[in-house]
Order: sequence, then structure tokens, then C-alpha cells
Amino acid sequence: MITLLEARNIGKRFGGLQALSDVSLTIRKGEVYGLIGPNGAGKTTFFNVLTGAYTPDGGEFVFNGSELPTGKPHKVVARGIARTFQNIRLFRELTALENVMAGHHIRTKAGVWGVLTQNRFTREEERLTTERAYELLKYVGIERFADVVSRNLSYGDQRRLEIARALATEPQLLALDEPAAGMNATETGQLKVLIEQIRHDGITVMLIEHDVKLVMGLCDRVAVLDFGKKIAEDVPAVVQKNEAVIAAYLGGGKHAH
Amino acid sequence: MTPRTVVRVMPARLMDPTAAPDWRLVRLGKGIMETLIQQLINGLVIGSVYALIALGYTMVYGILGLINFAHGDVLMVGALVALQTMTFLMGMAPGMSPLVMLSIALLVAIVVCMLLGFTMERLAYRRLRNAPRLAPLITAIGVSFLLQTIAMIIWGRNYHTYPQLISTTPLQPIEGVFITPVQITIIFGSAALMIGLLLLVNRTKIGRAMRATAENHRVASLMGVDTNAVIAFTFVIGAGLAAVAGVMFASNYGIAHYGMGFMPGLKAFTAAVLGGIGNLGGAMLGGIVLGVVESFGAGYIENLTFGFLNSSYQDIFAFLILGLVLIFRPTGLLGERVSDRA
Repeated sequence: MITLLEARNIGKRFGGLQALSDVSLTIRKGEVYGLIGPNGAGKTTFFNVLTGAYTPDGGEFVFNGSELPTGKPHKVVARGIARTFQNIRLFRELTALENVMAGHHIRTKAGVWGVLTQNRFTREEERLTTERAYELLKYVGIERFADVVSRNLSYGDQRRLEIARALATEPQLLALDEPAAGMNATETGQLKVLIEQIRHDGITVMLIEHDVKLVMGLCDRVAVLDFGKKIAEDVPAVVQKNEAVIAAYLGGGKHAH
Repeated sequence: MTPRTVVRVMPARLMDPTAAPDWRLVRLGKGIMETLIQQLINGLVIGSVYALIALGYTMVYGILGLINFAHGDVLMVGALVALQTMTFLMGMAPGMSPLVMLSIALLVAIVVCMLLGFTMERLAYRRLRNAPRLAPLITAIGVSFLLQTIAMIIWGRNYHTYPQLISTTPLQPIEGVFITPVQITIIFGSAALMIGLLLLVNRTKIGRAMRATAENHRVASLMGVDTNAVIAFTFVIGAGLAAVAGVMFASNYGIAHYGMGFMPGLKAFTAAVLGGIGNLGGAMLGGIVLGVVESFGAGYIENLTFGFLNSSYQDIFAFLILGLVLIFRPTGLLGERVSDRA
């Protein structure tokens, strides 16, 4: 198994709150990796640090064999990590198609000069970007809404659009922050199929999710965070039986006092 | 039949470069229609210039939530750099065709202003991006004073006569209605620039990145957009438009001065607010509407006030509009969102 991402002793503190302490984990190429834990355990913070939105206080990420830049989100995207958000953050005033095209920005080469002069290279590149964006909308199943302003899409479709936009950055690692939040059983089922398809197409997936059934059904391995610390990391069946995990979720163990 | 009265509007332009040019004729009595058309043309001309400047305000506001009060002074720098270039060229190559000379001067002014816009953002505003809103606002006012003072040191405190490289001899397309070739150039030139800008913002990848960044910096950068570059680009484009507007403004009134950016800057800001700040179409509409209102106001204020106020009080209208908009429609004519960003 080839290692895609290695997090080494990541720490992040907000004032008096140690949101992450010494979190180390390894994600292998091609797997679906779940990151679970009770509310406030630091899952989203981990995503934010990983994608460069926050600068970690300590530790480093090694992605594809070299260190990731911290605090420069667009450079992390360029390296091949894309994400979605727990609370949907589309470009609300842009159409679905434009959202996906914006995601493709980092993979296009035309510069200011090319855009201003509209030379052949730029036009060709723009045409390919449009084509690719349509394909991705189709991939997530919302191509019929290509020209709809994204704030007018239904909740489930907005979630799909976020995934399409993230895929447009051509990631090797796709980080999904609670993709099933607020979805009904049917929608969650479709989402599961979509994530499996993404994995099948060679993209490694990191998943934050509360829907235990989804996590256990999808993930190859699962890490559990509690109060900013990793308390378990294994295949779902083993993690499910881990006492520390059960304690963290049910409020027992050392934190109950 | 009432005798046809021709009232020459007070020039007053040595005091205030934004005042009406002295070829402007207000006809009373028989020429009501002509007067109307004349004021409309004057309004369109000055309105186009306001619109170009307003675009710079509105783009920067849209993307940063910052009102860049130094924007008017970029216009002044553009006008004076172009003047310097033209003076230089006249000395070096007196035989050069005026149009070529103007084009070179315009190009130099655009490049200098773009560099200025870039530097301004890089040095003054970027480090304040996460500061409370008041800090960058006050900084902008500081930058404005700085630019004026530097310009005063370089070009002195005098009013400079602006070379009229495009003819200012009025044409009379309709009997009694005057328009100069400079004004025709201004209207079409700014229309072309505005169309170009709309295409850039709505049809290209840079424009898409700008709109994405305007909506949400953090998300845009997490989706791979280099937001710092996009913001710098926005300043550069706004400054380039201001440079053109500065040359137009100075050419129209035939005068340039280190403080000439203040009034049109303030009025363009009004225009941007009128249209709905943050909204490109709004800035264009606001600029034109403001120009036309102001022009009609200047033309009729004397009649309206029975001679108590003359046209040198035309500035009243711009700020009257600003006040009314802020009271009755703070989001502007086309604006929807105003203070959703901190």
C-alpha cells in the first residue's frame, strides 16, 4: 500500500482550547478513510489545518512524499487536495456550471495576457474547462441545472455541486466534511454510490461523517478523534468495538467525571 | 415671440475643474428642446467618466468591502502622467501626429496607474485585510493625501493647461446642440471599456475567479483560487480605468491639477452607491444617471431658484442624491446586498 498523506503530530490551539493535539495518521492511496468523533472533537479543525485554511501550531503534513505548505490554501489545492464543507459554501451567485469552472481555475494555464487578448490557447482552454465542468455535473447527476444560480438549487443538489466543484480541482485526495448531513435515506444512499464511484475512479477519499452506517459501510479504515486526540485508528469493525470509542460516544470513561 | 435668450454659464472652472466648461450654452425661450438634448449630452459625457471611476470603487468594494478613497487621486495621477508624457513627446517629436501622441500618453498613464494600484494594495491595504473596517478606510484617506502631496511636489500647485489633442471645436449635429469631438470620444471610449470589463468579469476565468473571491475569499482559496493575485488584479484594473477617466476628464475641461481627483472621486463614489455598491452594472448606471441629473441641475438651477443659485452650485445635486439614496434606498438602484461582509 502506498501512503498518500501522512499527518505528523498536528497540533492546533484556539486560545485556551487545544483543538488538536499530536494527531498523527496515515491515509493510503485509493482508500476511503473515515474521520469520526463526537461534536467538537476537532474533525473539521483537522480539515481546516490540512487544507491550509488554518496554520497548525505544530507538526506537518507529508503528501505524496513531500511536505505540504501551510496557510496557503490555493497551493494545497494545487498539490491535489480538495474539500467540501460541513455547511455548504458554494459561490451562491454563480451558476452551477460556473461554480465547477471556478474549481478548475488552478488547473488552467492562461495568464492575464491570454485572457485579455483571448488568444487561441485561452479560448481552447476555456472550451475544455466548460466541457469538463459539464462532465462533472453529469458525473454527480445535476447537469440539467448547469445554468441555475447555485443558491436556487435544492439542498441535496447543492451538496452534489460542492463535490463536483471539488472534483474540478483534479484532486488526488478528496476531503468530504459531513457530506450526508441533512440528507434523507434515499439521498444518503445515492451519495454512497457516488463516493464509491469516486474511489473507483482512483481518487482517495477522506470522510468526516456522523452517519455511522454510512461510515461503517464505506470506509476502509476509520480514525476516531476525541477532545483533539486520536483515540483509535483501524478498520471499522475493530473501531466499533473499541472501548475508548464507545466511551467517547456514550459519554462514559474518563471524560464522564 | 419671446426673444431667444442665450445665457452663457459661468465658467468658474479656474476655481473648480469640475464646473461646467464655458462652451456650454443654456438656451431659454424657444430652444427648450435643444437645451434638453444639450443637457442630456453633457450629462452623458460627464456621466461616462463618473461611471469609469465608479467601476474602480465598486470592484474593490465588491471584493474587499473596502471603500478606496484614494481612487480619485489615481485618476489625478493618470491625468498628470499623461500630461507629462505629452509635454515630453511634444518636445522630442514635435511632428508626431496628435492621435499617436495621445495614445502613447494614455498608455503610459495606464501603466503607471496600474503599478500605483498594485503598490497601493500591496503596501497599504493587504496587511489590513483582517483589521477592523475602519482601519483600511482611514488608511485609504491617508493614501489619498499622500498621493496628492506627492503630485504637488512633482507637478506643483498650479493649474496646468491640458493639451487638446482631440479637437474641442464644438460640432452642431442639430441646430443649437453642441458636441465636441473630445466628448464623442469620451462617450464611445468609455462605453467600449465598460463592455470590455463586463465581458472580462462575466465571460473569462479571471472574472469567474473575481466573482468567486468577492463572494467568499476563504472558500475561493480553498477551491484553488489565488485570492491575493485576484485582489491585486482587481486594483490594477480599477486603476487602469481611472487613468483613462483622468485623461478624459482633463481633456474635456482642458485643465489638470494635483487636487483634481477629489471631486470626481467623491462623485463617482456617489454614483457607485447610487447604482448599488459592489454591482458593476450599478456603477455604470449610477454614473450615467448622476451625470445626467447633475447636468440638468446645472442647466436649470438658475431658473429653479430664480437666479439665487447659478450653475457653479451644480455639485449640490450629486450629494443631494447621495443623501436621498442613503435614506430611502441604501442598497442603491441595482444593489441587493450591502453590508453582508465584514
